[in-house]
Amino acid sequence: MKGRKTFLGVAVSLFLALVLTAPPVHAGGTLKVGVVTFLSGAAAGPFGVPAKNAAELVVDALNNNMVPEPYNTPGIGGKKIEMVLIDEAGSATQQVTEFRNLVQKKGVDVVIGYISSGHCLAIAPVAEELKALTILFDCGTPRIFEEASYKYVFRTGPTATIDSVGAARYIVDLKPDLKSVSGINQDYAWGHDSWNDFISALKVLKPDVEVKNELFPKLFKGQYGAEISSLLVNPADFIHSSFWGGDMEAFVLQGSARGLFDEQTAILTTGETAMFRLDIPEGTVLGARGPFGVYAPKSKLNDWFRSNYIEKYKTPPTYPSYKMAQAFFGLKTAYEKAMKSSKNPTKEDIIKAFEYLEFVSPAGKVKMALGKGHQALQESVYGQFTKAGGKPSVKNVKRYPPECVSPPDGVKSLDWIKGGMKGAKCD
Amino acid sequence: MRRKDRTYPILVGLFLLFSGAVFFTPRWFSFLLTVAVARSLVVLGVVLLMRAGLVSFGQGFFYCIGGYVAGFSSNAFGVTDAGAVVILAALGAVVAGAIVGLLLCNYRDIFFAMLTLALSMILYSVIVKNPALGGSDGFNVPPPTILGISPEAVDPRVSLPLFTFAVAFLLYALAHRYFLSGFGYAGLALRMNEIRLEYLSLSARALVFLKYILAGVLASVGGALIAYISGHVDPELAYWTTSGEFVFIALLGGTGHVLAPLAGGVVFEVIRSYAFDLAPSLWQMVLGVILLLMIIFMPEGLWSLTERFLERKRDEAAP
Amino acid sequence: MREPLVILLDGLVYSSWLFIVSAGLTLIYGVMRILNMAHGSLYAVGAYTAASVVGWYFASGYDPTLSYLVFFTCAAGAGVLAGLIIERGILRVVYGRDEVLVLLVTYAVLLILEDVIKLIWGVDAYFAYQPYAALGRTKILGIPFANYDLLLILLAAGTGALLWFGLNRTRQGKFLRAVIHDREVSEAMGINVTRLYTATFVIGSALAALGGAVTAPSLSVVPGIGVEVIVIAFAVVVTGGLGSIGGTLLGSLLIGLTRAAAVHLFPRGEVLVIFVIMAAVLAVRPEGIFARVKARKI
Repeated sequence: MKGRKTFLGVAVSLFLALVLTAPPVHAGGTLKVGVVTFLSGAAAGPFGVPAKNAAELVVDALNNNMVPEPYNTPGIGGKKIEMVLIDEAGSATQQVTEFRNLVQKKGVDVVIGYISSGHCLAIAPVAEELKALTILFDCGTPRIFEEASYKYVFRTGPTATIDSVGAARYIVDLKPDLKSVSGINQDYAWGHDSWNDFISALKVLKPDVEVKNELFPKLFKGQYGAEISSLLVNPADFIHSSFWGGDMEAFVLQGSARGLFDEQTAILTTGETAMFRLDIPEGTVLGARGPFGVYAPKSKLNDWFRSNYIEKYKTPPTYPSYKMAQAFFGLKTAYEKAMKSSKNPTKEDIIKAFEYLEFVSPAGKVKMALGKGHQALQESVYGQFTKAGGKPSVKNVKRYPPECVSPPDGVKSLDWIKGGMKGAKCD
Repeated sequence: MRRKDRTYPILVGLFLLFSGAVFFTPRWFSFLLTVAVARSLVVLGVVLLMRAGLVSFGQGFFYCIGGYVAGFSSNAFGVTDAGAVVILAALGAVVAGAIVGLLLCNYRDIFFAMLTLALSMILYSVIVKNPALGGSDGFNVPPPTILGISPEAVDPRVSLPLFTFAVAFLLYALAHRYFLSGFGYAGLALRMNEIRLEYLSLSARALVFLKYILAGVLASVGGALIAYISGHVDPELAYWTTSGEFVFIALLGGTGHVLAPLAGGVVFEVIRSYAFDLAPSLWQMVLGVILLLMIIFMPEGLWSLTERFLERKRDEAAP
Repeated sequence: MREPLVILLDGLVYSSWLFIVSAGLTLIYGVMRILNMAHGSLYAVGAYTAASVVGWYFASGYDPTLSYLVFFTCAAGAGVLAGLIIERGILRVVYGRDEVLVLLVTYAVLLILEDVIKLIWGVDAYFAYQPYAALGRTKILGIPFANYDLLLILLAAGTGALLWFGLNRTRQGKFLRAVIHDREVSEAMGINVTRLYTATFVIGSALAALGGAVTAPSLSVVPGIGVEVIVIAFAVVVTGGLGSIGGTLLGSLLIGLTRAAAVHLFPRGEVLVIFVIMAAVLAVRPEGIFARVKARKI
């Protein structure tokens, strides 16, 4: 009997020790920001780490008041930013647990994160339940604000809709007499959605376009021999692909080695992430999921961001870096706007300031115009890869204004595209 | 001398302790506890099979079925009561288990392990391919009513953990009853020697079939509870690394007692939570090393600690 | 008439890759009764080693033709080293334990290796495309194929022949077959089983690493590539019959050809095809096509 009592005693004290170790502490002058991005797994290299780097750069620069106008004030509302970094790897359940830990155990004020659309979908209602201000920075699925509305959740990056509609518009502009197109996309939500949006938009613009191949290899398959043969047997004018990271790079390598891109032009909607690391065939259409990376318009803020990033990490910032920086600048603008009405803004004040906010980032102007003011709207930009100048760059760059590639607020993306993209303003 | 079985009172005590934790500990901790308890149900199923010498590397199959039953019940069919859904999830597991169990009951050892793995991967690919099932992103599951109590009336952050604990400890009690029954002991015999078991006029195949279904029911109920707790389901539930985690927890806890999976489950969540915090990019290695050390030095799992402890006490007490 | 032939060629290339990747897995199981879940991680070790070596080699500007020899050798060497450490350091502690328990040990090794790889090489992608592009391409039936891929078929055939020869025509191979048949009796006959085990595991690991090395030039080497391989290698090996080299060859061909056909004719069903084949084979022959008869022990 005594034995069991000691055992229980140990268990109870262990339990109490665990519970008591981590109450949230709040210093007066800091703003705790949780940053969630892939630090391991296949998405870490192309997305997670560039985003993490940008977060570190921006936080450091803001804290030391090194950012040029209009962000030349220290920290966020004068508060020092304290960053808590978490790995996005693992299942949605695990991410929900980690999110709760961030908010309830570590007491962060804001969470900025999530690259996977699945994680964004899972986190949004939890953020709402915990009343935790959350900024989604990269995930693309339009389902988040189209299927529900949230008070505490914002997304400062544009949806994937603009990528697909922009890609369709771009190739029609590039080759007005195009006859046929093939698609190779990963066999999961991102790949299916990207292809559906793209082909529906293309059919609105070119009703008689012929689809030669519609391939959906497994995610992370890595070996595309049979797919490339299939694309070669039934050639098309363009090959659309929303492959990302290692899969996209493997496809480009294997396709180039077999001359796939000699006669057919590839459209890589996430291709910008690879343009400085890989020999991409001349003329390949590259997307950056918005006006990011090489497509970012020239500005003092962009020059600062780009040169500092290159100096610190020895490689140019790609679109995930831009989107992460954009999230921080959005937060700073909203926070400081809220401070105009009260010195110590509450969450509600910040949310009110954030809704329908317009701010600038290294990628130009951002409008929180969709999803009742919670979803950012930006232009869509495409161009063609070229090494003509000796260095990798882009040519024939075309910018499509936000109203040209996104549905009006309250209309679902796919419905809008299939309905003929009514109300699109493209001039 | 046979020790008096105090499992039932302990279960009641633990239920009260855990329920108390919902009110008196921080939210993140009670959430972690709830997740651990719900997942430990799946582990209980793994242990049930392990006692019969079978390792399932594919409990994610049922875990996922349970999750999606919960998701679809509330999103598509308007069945929003957690009590009803748990029963539906169990039924779903019985049906699915009966179908695939017919194939699986012919296999043992590594083949059983690998085939269960393959099955869960098939389910994974089917869901990922199929936008009607939510595709790879999955979908959200709204908070349920619990035995008629709506989430507006009682905060689901309180009612859901209590419901989870109630279901889990009820199942634990039933499992304990089962372990002590003739059928339960037949599992141990199956592990020792299948042919001798058949000489006792018991069918090894029937036994495997039945145990597979029972383990499936536990996993499915666990999955349904997790769907409500995390508020989201996705095909990751059926991915083989998820199943691998359950096997890990089973080894961590041990197979010696019905409460071992619970101990393993709670310890695992705590380890993972801290490993994630302290070594955000090395947590897999931490888990791997622990698993390795457990297998080599403590093959009976953490539970063997209590056994050793009690044994020593008894030896001291003996004249 | 062109498409069936293209499918055949695509299928052969893919089958060759499958065979190279899964031969080591089946060898280790055949001899040691260990299903090595860390096989995929060893594959990743090989791929990363090859990628780093190729990167260094071409940056230094040595003769490109020799690069193949250099990176194959280095990757195989890394596989041998990793295999030795795993077998001598970890596996021998658990010999004689339950098959399934050993399976879990290799699962633990997999978890550890995944992070070790990350510690050594980080999470960024590695490229080693020079050897792949350097060989050029050949037009067959009007469709260009990469010569590197076509050579893969020869390499797979060579590996298979070498394994067959080693097992069936050499003294050591005879010992191995004796151990496969009955470990205890062979030990009684004076065969040094411990050493054979080490040798087998090391060869199996080297094969896994070699699989990674030959793949590395055609893709970008990123975290997680090993985990993807393990599931498909299992499918091949289980379909063919665990532990049988011939079975693995047949399994590779079956899955490789069907998958290629699916990509061309029925792209949406491509992933499920593998599992359908596996389930169909197992429903008829529960232990795979080339299964050994096992004695029942009472």
